[in-house]
Amino acid sequence: MLSREWIIAATFCYLGLLIALAWYTEREAAKGKSRSAHPWVYALSLAVYCTAWTYFGSVGRASTNGLEFLTIYIGPCLIAPLWWIILRKTIRISKALKITSIADFISSRYGKSAHLGILVSIFCIIGILPYISIQIKGIENSLEVLNLAEFSQSDFNFWNDTAFYVALGLAGFTIFFGTRNLDATLRHEGLVMAVTFESVFKLLAFLAIGIFITFFLFDGLGDLFTQASAAGLDRLFVLNGDAVSDWFWLGLLSMVAVMFLPRQFHMAVIENTSEKHIDTAMWLFPLYLILINLFVLPIALAGLLLFPSGTVNPDTFLLAIPMSKNAHGLALLGYLGGFAAATSMIIVSTISLSTMLSNNLIMPILVSNRRLQDRLRTRLPQILAWTRRGIILSIILLAYFYFRKLGNNATLVSTGLISFVAVAQLAPSILGGIYWKNGSKLGAILGLWTGILVWFFTLILPILIQNGYWDPSVLSQGLFGIVWLKPTSLFGMEGMSSITHAFFFSVFFNTLIYAGVSLFTHQTSREHNQALIFVDIFKLGDNPDRSTIWRGQATQEALQNLLETFLGKKKAQKAMEKFFQSKGIPANERRWADPELVNYCQRLLSGHIGSAAARIMIESIVNEEEISMEEVMGILRETQELKNLNLELKSKSKALQKASENLQEANEALKISDMLKDEFISTVTHEMKTPITSIRAFSEILQDESIQEEDKKRFLQIIIDETDRMTRLIDQVLDLERFDSGRQKLNFERVSLSELVESSISSMAQVFSDKNIRLISRISTSQNTLFLDEDRIKQVILNLLSNAAKFAKSEVRLSVFESADQVIVEVLDDGLGIPEEDQPFVFDKFFQAKNQTSKKPVGSGLGLAISKKIAEYHGGQLRLESKKGKTRFWMEIPLETSFKVPQNQVAHE
Amino acid sequence: MSKILIVDDEPNILLSLDFLFKKEGYEVFIGRNGEEAMALVQEHQPNLVLLDIMMPLVDGYEVCAYIKKEYPQIKVIFLTAKGKAKDKEKGLSLGADLYLTKPFSTKEIVSKVKELVN
Repeated sequence: MLSREWIIAATFCYLGLLIALAWYTEREAAKGKSRSAHPWVYALSLAVYCTAWTYFGSVGRASTNGLEFLTIYIGPCLIAPLWWIILRKTIRISKALKITSIADFISSRYGKSAHLGILVSIFCIIGILPYISIQIKGIENSLEVLNLAEFSQSDFNFWNDTAFYVALGLAGFTIFFGTRNLDATLRHEGLVMAVTFESVFKLLAFLAIGIFITFFLFDGLGDLFTQASAAGLDRLFVLNGDAVSDWFWLGLLSMVAVMFLPRQFHMAVIENTSEKHIDTAMWLFPLYLILINLFVLPIALAGLLLFPSGTVNPDTFLLAIPMSKNAHGLALLGYLGGFAAATSMIIVSTISLSTMLSNNLIMPILVSNRRLQDRLRTRLPQILAWTRRGIILSIILLAYFYFRKLGNNATLVSTGLISFVAVAQLAPSILGGIYWKNGSKLGAILGLWTGILVWFFTLILPILIQNGYWDPSVLSQGLFGIVWLKPTSLFGMEGMSSITHAFFFSVFFNTLIYAGVSLFTHQTSREHNQALIFVDIFKLGDNPDRSTIWRGQATQEALQNLLETFLGKKKAQKAMEKFFQSKGIPANERRWADPELVNYCQRLLSGHIGSAAARIMIESIVNEEEISMEEVMGILRETQELKNLNLELKSKSKALQKASENLQEANEALKISDMLKDEFISTVTHEMKTPITSIRAFSEILQDESIQEEDKKRFLQIIIDETDRMTRLIDQVLDLERFDSGRQKLNFERVSLSELVESSISSMAQVFSDKNIRLISRISTSQNTLFLDEDRIKQVILNLLSNAAKFAKSEVRLSVFESADQVIVEVLDDGLGIPEEDQPFVFDKFFQAKNQTSKKPVGSGLGLAISKKIAEYHGGQLRLESKKGKTRFWMEIPLETSFKVPQNQVAHE
Repeated sequence: MSKILIVDDEPNILLSLDFLFKKEGYEVFIGRNGEEAMALVQEHQPNLVLLDIMMPLVDGYEVCAYIKKEYPQIKVIFLTAKGKAKDKEKGLSLGADLYLTKPFSTKEIVSKVKELVN
């Protein structure tokens, strides 16, 4: 028989060992040697998943439901390969934002909502309570088996209940370990090492007993299974098809639980030191689960074979079998293994729950009240520490009372599953939160509430009814008498286990409401910020501070004071130094804090008091202006404008390029005009050489004395004519040059156009009569006088008339008339006309028609070019229209020419 | 008696050259443009052609090329106001025997023609 003293001594020895290990680890850590930052430690610490439920409960479950107990481990094994995706992202987000718990995680994701933080915290505590209670129950059960605890329902007083003292002891132990450091994001090195030790210890203890039973009490597995089969127990280890649906749903449930149970989240995310450790955890953790489940079924079968049905609680087979065989040492080991499984769960769970509650509920309440805040400010850290301690104690005591009042009749596993379903309610808002930007705060709150209500209605209500705390009619008739609302068969859904049923409906409605509401609500800017950080964490790099849109002003001093309150003077200064150093900002320029610094401080504070409280604290010293969505849009628009500016710059540079192209073109044009000028000069030279050639040739001929008098006269006349021609040419070239360069001055005066035309006609009369061409004139103008340069206009008319005379067949018509606001002088001949392809060049310099009737045109080829210039100088035009038998040149002169002519032009001439 | 064709579009120049060479005892033909010139070459096959370049329709270069292709024995003298080196080059490359520029010396031109015809 194991004496009471032995067991108590062994328990304390075990706890002492844990404390020593933890203390050693922390001392090493203080020296800078992190013993627990090892992938194996990380992976094994995750085995906090295996609690008294696994240790005792699985055997119990297997003895009634057979292999179904495995579903709770198959789920985690199946999800483990996905950790690289989901867990890594969660870790990255949590490290970046200094997340302290799963409630903090959700609160932070949905705009640092205090409401969500509180809701999740309280719900987690309520949801996890049954789970903690079964740990106490597990220990109590094992003590009972060891004949230490005699429990009678009738004269129950907690002060003489061993389990109560066990609970108290655990609370003390947890407080000692879990609340020494206030920064909840700091790793609890000692704690992690202790939990890892417990994981290894419970596995070895379980394996030892399994081997003892299988190989020492029985002749191995073959023998055990043969005997069980003979006893008609084969239904326990043969899979049948009925349970497939339960297997599926329980597997799914455990997948969610292994990630989102507060203690799993704490060990896997908060205590994680390196994302690389996930690699090891991905295979080592499933391996651990397989090992610890290896002997569950054999032990269950052995228990069923060894004890008459109903005499021993199957949840205690693990200890009852060695006890019945008087293997007391082994039984003690088994007890300690169970104790390890239970304590690790209680410690980690209560630490994470207390952090959650203090940071998400107590702190936001304390700091949101200005007066309270001012009064408590200097003592906040102490308050924080004692709050956490108080919470740990309260949770454990609550769990103890739950176990005594409600959990007594239920098995370990069925109670634990209730907590699983509770935790599953967090899944939609977490998974949606890290993969769906649209998930909104309202959606998360309403979804969560829906899930909680369904969970309560389908799982807790039946327990309350069972224990006589509620009217049982709801169970048979449904809520408000509606048959569709029966807690155990919603909408008439029958044939599912109560857990599967509750899991399915709670998560279904939760998800539906979460997604539905999110789709129809708008996020605030803060929510949107957080959503972006969570979903796009891998794109943000290392600096989430910069990614947020924030506007506000705080003095750096105020921020430092705030940090000092929570971190202590030294740490706060160090943190500030670190920030400024990383930014390379010199000390004397540190007056106002920029948003980056504010976010940095808020993140540091979050690690101590949670993100919602940190936000409130920071807001109290920062004149933050809440940024509305419109303003965010404004900021985005500014970015857009910047982009537009960029575009403008681009178009400007394009314009510049174009300008330079234009310049090049102008240069090109200049070159062309240079070329034209060269050509002009060469043409002029050529034109001059022609008369000179004649003059010289005839002069030389005239040197010959023998030339007859008649020829002499003729030749001399040619010389005179050619000299005239040259003079004319020179005059015209100079004339044109003046017109071209704009230096030509006209002598404007009041002139009678009709008189001018008449005089032109009379001076050309001889030419026409010589050529036998009729000249018909018709002058009709109401205008007595016009403001013109008489000589120039006459030059034009003469030019037109002489051209007409050259080409006309028999008749030339000259008309002067008014059209609209201009006078038109028109000359029309009946010659062959100007070919269409030549018409554009008629007014060019030195253009000479090829089909002139005279053998050689008399003229320089400059006449029309000059005439056109003259018309233009009068504000008018010289135009041409020609077809065979009818060629029409006309000059348009505006009637109000006088007004357009600058006075100085008149004056100068 | 040697035959000379004079081609120019400038009447006074034609007049002076016609007078000059008739006095020297040549049989003179007159062409006022490139087309007339080619017709006269075909008709009379002169010993020598005095050829202007800048003429309407068919220019002197073309006429020269035609003569040198069809009647290589006919001498061609360009007589032109175009005094640039590259114009002279072009003219000579077409097979012309001489390239003279306006204004010209009557004595020089008579002596050059004499040289070429004999």
